[in-house]
Amino acid sequence: MGQGILLSGGDNIDFMIHGVFSYKFFGQEVWITTSHICLLIVVLVLLLFFIIGGSVFRKAKTIPTGFQNVVEMVVELLDGIVGSTMGEKGKGFRNYIGVIFIFILFSNISGLLGLRPPTADYGVTLPLGLLTFTLVQINKLRFNSIPSIWVDLCSPLPPWLPIWAPINVIGEVAVPISLSLRLFANVLSGTVMMALVYGLLQLFAMVWPAALHVYFDIFSGAIQTYVFCMLTMTYISNAMGGDE
Amino acid sequence: MEFNENFILGCSAIGAGLAVIAGIGPGVGQGIAAGYGASAVGRNPGAKGAITSTMLLGQAVAETTGLYGLLIAFLLLFVKPLLP
Repeated sequence: MGQGILLSGGDNIDFMIHGVFSYKFFGQEVWITTSHICLLIVVLVLLLFFIIGGSVFRKAKTIPTGFQNVVEMVVELLDGIVGSTMGEKGKGFRNYIGVIFIFILFSNISGLLGLRPPTADYGVTLPLGLLTFTLVQINKLRFNSIPSIWVDLCSPLPPWLPIWAPINVIGEVAVPISLSLRLFANVLSGTVMMALVYGLLQLFAMVWPAALHVYFDIFSGAIQTYVFCMLTMTYISNAMGGDE
Repeated sequence: MEFNENFILGCSAIGAGLAVIAGIGPGVGQGIAAGYGASAVGRNPGAKGAITSTMLLGQAVAETTGLYGLLIAFLLLFVKPLLP
């Protein structure tokens, strides 16, 4: 940074990923960065939540109390979202969508706790997009016959004239890229905005940045989580619904 | 032709500023979506929840193109791909 690009106080602004320590991996220098550590913290918190939830449900009561209430509410909410979007055939995806929803949500709002959100690293969001892409392709192969996939691929033109097929292939490949870039750019813009507020307005950033945190971390993060899961579900049920 | 570093950085800053103009499109689009959402709630106040969630989903998708512009601006400012 520096170079006076960000006005005068450029030294205080810090939203980049930093390396913590490096090690040799097959002769390559590989860095453990702050994203890895924030990701590890988020995953450990979620693991704790899941373990406690599981042990609560091993001796579950008919009339729920305390923590059982919270877990039941979360599970019912996620089941409702998946059920209303994918319907009956999407029952097997409740686990995947639920896990990905909770993971992205916790990652996005971890900015509140002073972590750099792991989803503000393209190395975290691209695998999420690729998982969606893989699921879409697998379900397309599972629920459609090969000829109907070929007809789909050449769709505006008849199947013996595959001139339009490359365009459709590009459209398929664009799905994970646009999904991951959307999430990444949203979280990154929030992170950068908060870093600018804290770095450039150091003297005046007293209480009011809390309102910005509510918008950038909680509201925007929750909306983007919802959008990511919604689009994933839509793509998967589009891929599944060929024969009906 | 050789350019010095400051010239390239200045041009990158101008390019970043131009890239953020992409924000106009999502602004218009989100405004239109919000307007139609408001009129839909006016016509059918019972469906307020469904209308609001559909509107927010559409707005978040429409926001993407603006964010691509923002991403290009970030790349130009902080990654500095044009420097030799």
